[in-house]
Amino acid sequence: MNKRYFETVDETLYEKKLDNGLQVCLLPKPELTKTYGVFMTNYGSIDQSFVPIGQTEAITVPDGIAHFLEHKLFEKEDRDVFTDFTKQAASPNAFTSFTETAYLFSATSNIEKNVLTLIDFVQDPYFSEQSVEKEKGIIAQEINMYDDQPDWRLFMGTNKALFHNHPVNIDIAGTVDSIYTITKDDLYTCYHTFYHPENMILFVTGNFDPEQMMQLILENQEKKSFDKLEEIQREFPEEPDYVKEKNLQINMPVSIPKCAVGIKEPNQQLQGEDYLKRDLLTDMVLDYFFSTGGEFYQKLYEEDIIDNSFFFESNLQTSFGYVSIGSNTNQPDVFSARVQEMLLSTREMEISEAAFERMKKKKMGQLLRAMNSLEFIANQFATLSFKDVNLLDIVPFIQKLTVQDINDFLNTWIEEDRLATCTIQKQTVEK
Amino acid sequence: MSVKEIKQVENDINFHMLPNKKHKTITFAVKFRAPLERKTITKRALLPYILKQGTASFPTRKELQEELAELYGAVLSIGGAKKGENHIITFYLEVPNEKFLPDSSSLIERAIQLLHEIVYKPNQEGQGFSPQVFDREKGILRQNIHSIKDDKASYANIRLVDEMCDGEPYSIHAQGYEKDLSSFSNQELFTYYETIRDEEVMDIYVSGDFEADQMLQLLTGQFKRTLKKKESTPFNQEALKRTTDEKELIEEDQIQQAKLNIGYRTNILYRDEKYPALQVFNGMFGGFPSSKLFINVREKNSLAYYAVSRVESHKGLLFVMSGIAPEDYEKALAIIREQKEAMQNGDFTEEELEETKLLIINQLKETLDHAQGMIEFMYQQEVGHKEMPVDELFEGIRQVTKEQVIEVANQVQEAMVYLLTSEGGAGHE
Repeated sequence: MNKRYFETVDETLYEKKLDNGLQVCLLPKPELTKTYGVFMTNYGSIDQSFVPIGQTEAITVPDGIAHFLEHKLFEKEDRDVFTDFTKQAASPNAFTSFTETAYLFSATSNIEKNVLTLIDFVQDPYFSEQSVEKEKGIIAQEINMYDDQPDWRLFMGTNKALFHNHPVNIDIAGTVDSIYTITKDDLYTCYHTFYHPENMILFVTGNFDPEQMMQLILENQEKKSFDKLEEIQREFPEEPDYVKEKNLQINMPVSIPKCAVGIKEPNQQLQGEDYLKRDLLTDMVLDYFFSTGGEFYQKLYEEDIIDNSFFFESNLQTSFGYVSIGSNTNQPDVFSARVQEMLLSTREMEISEAAFERMKKKKMGQLLRAMNSLEFIANQFATLSFKDVNLLDIVPFIQKLTVQDINDFLNTWIEEDRLATCTIQKQTVEK
Repeated sequence: MSVKEIKQVENDINFHMLPNKKHKTITFAVKFRAPLERKTITKRALLPYILKQGTASFPTRKELQEELAELYGAVLSIGGAKKGENHIITFYLEVPNEKFLPDSSSLIERAIQLLHEIVYKPNQEGQGFSPQVFDREKGILRQNIHSIKDDKASYANIRLVDEMCDGEPYSIHAQGYEKDLSSFSNQELFTYYETIRDEEVMDIYVSGDFEADQMLQLLTGQFKRTLKKKESTPFNQEALKRTTDEKELIEEDQIQQAKLNIGYRTNILYRDEKYPALQVFNGMFGGFPSSKLFINVREKNSLAYYAVSRVESHKGLLFVMSGIAPEDYEKALAIIREQKEAMQNGDFTEEELEETKLLIINQLKETLDHAQGMIEFMYQQEVGHKEMPVDELFEGIRQVTKEQVIEVANQVQEAMVYLLTSEGGAGHE
């Protein structure tokens, strides 16, 4: 077991890569009463086309299967795993994103038992035709619920405008039609390929003894056997750098229209420090211009184009990346035109040394603040580990960034053909 | 476990120091409390919007945000909320702890100075706020009042409370009323804000890794006032109101998933002896994924994506909230009522009872691991007029018996059923 102290954040990490390939990370926080554990696989809704374990030909599975699998893993032949956690006074949960599926719990007692429950339920699937059928009704409800939410529609609409073929343009949960085609065999195929320990990380943080915990996990894993996994072959369709549709409009009942401008990241397959650098610089630049103190935000506010629903977010992954800047607005066309103008103007702009020092301070403070949360530490660490980045090294990395870095980034960030707009318009009444 | 609280009244302000080593930041909260009233609520809803925009020395939002960035990305939030029939305005400021940062020795002092300025020296022009900011933020609040309708789950809750608590202060909307926005001037709002600071109960909380005496000294050096009216906010004795006639209301909207919400009167408040038993009842009824609602509505009958219950502690209410397919309304309602009856009949095991108690304690402990969670938990005691040390509350929950839960289940009365359904979804009525 590797033990490493990270001075800037005053944390100690215990790490071990097990013989079966599983990455185990423990971060004790004895001042807290709570412990949080997450068991994450490097597998999300975009991983639809791949070569199944032990086979040679690639297959494509129905939309929404990663999320469906997440739901079904809680159900065993004789019981629901939720109940097991409940009996041990823990709260379990799970989530599926474009790129990961995670199972988690938090608890203030029975920590060791709960960690074992987490590992064991994820590593022991039970799918039956009958239970798969039953789940379809529940997930269809979930999909319908999301479809009623204008913010969700705006989010997915922006991705649909940006991406031609990449599956990030498909809802994480799939569609009511696609999930009805899922079978138990599909679930097993995805499970055996992507839930291999080699493709997963277990991160536990909170109130426990690290030596004892590692021993417990080791013993648990030694009792299980897994097939040998070669590197997983994932396939993604060709995706051009330019956007699919400059303007996409969705009509639904909203009291105020919503609009978002999307920026498509060029496909660069970033990993490690290159990934981290671009991710940080994107966030810092967005924050600099569009947070409530930012120049662009101030202009949009003064011109009465936005209200306090204004948001911006960026999601950079290895196989895709996008930024979305949006708001409720009574003038979606003006919003879109102004934001695009502003973005294009950044090619000619320069950020001063003083402003950049302030940006770095803010970013470091934000990170420290986020690290108050066990959930943030565990989930972020796990996600970043799939891109060869260590969360606990980020603060010193920010300190090293230079004003040259940010200006180089800024002047090449935006290209007109990588911008698109999605608008949610009020539904026109049909007679 | 326990929460260390050093409480001291100075300068007519209640200071609460909560020193602990849980976090990498220090969190400050300043709270003002008044009775919930229609005539003041829209002003109270608007004030946080305006106060966020700037102060005397940092008059624009850009300057204020730059100062926050200098404080290593300190985070400011100002908001209003109702607790029972009280309305509370809270200023939160969270700053990274100096010990993690290079060359930042006076960070905390500078943060306290800024917090004081935000509360006491807003961006003033003449006898009012900046007129541009006043008009602009009024427009934003108006838009937000409108768009509440777009979030169907919270809209359904508001509609339920509107009808169920009609005529009671609790039904007053915390986000204010559009038509009241034109009923006061900029100057009147400014004067009203002065009375808040001069007359209302004021609490200041600090949570983080610090020396309590030193922190208290820094705070009392900045925050000083003399109460103009000495009597405290009237204690709201009318919080309980019993209605006997059950009501049902169905409304239609352009939605695919219907929202079925049910309101109950618990007739149990935070300060009551039965409060721990109410929490346990709620936990078993719909508070956790192991509860009756979740298991029977969602899991066994695939009727809903969510089905939960929540306790309101200062007015004595309980709400069930669920999202269902429109055609399943009657079936879902029947199953929810069956679960309540099952609780009344004691149709649960000792084992389930003990599990639920552990879950509640677990949840509370988790809340106390968060700075804002801890502050809100402690403040609950001020609003509820009852000191409740954590240990005592945990012990109270551990000692709840099956009989007490059954008693509470029988005391909780269904008051209103509200359904927000798809167009034509109410057709079979």
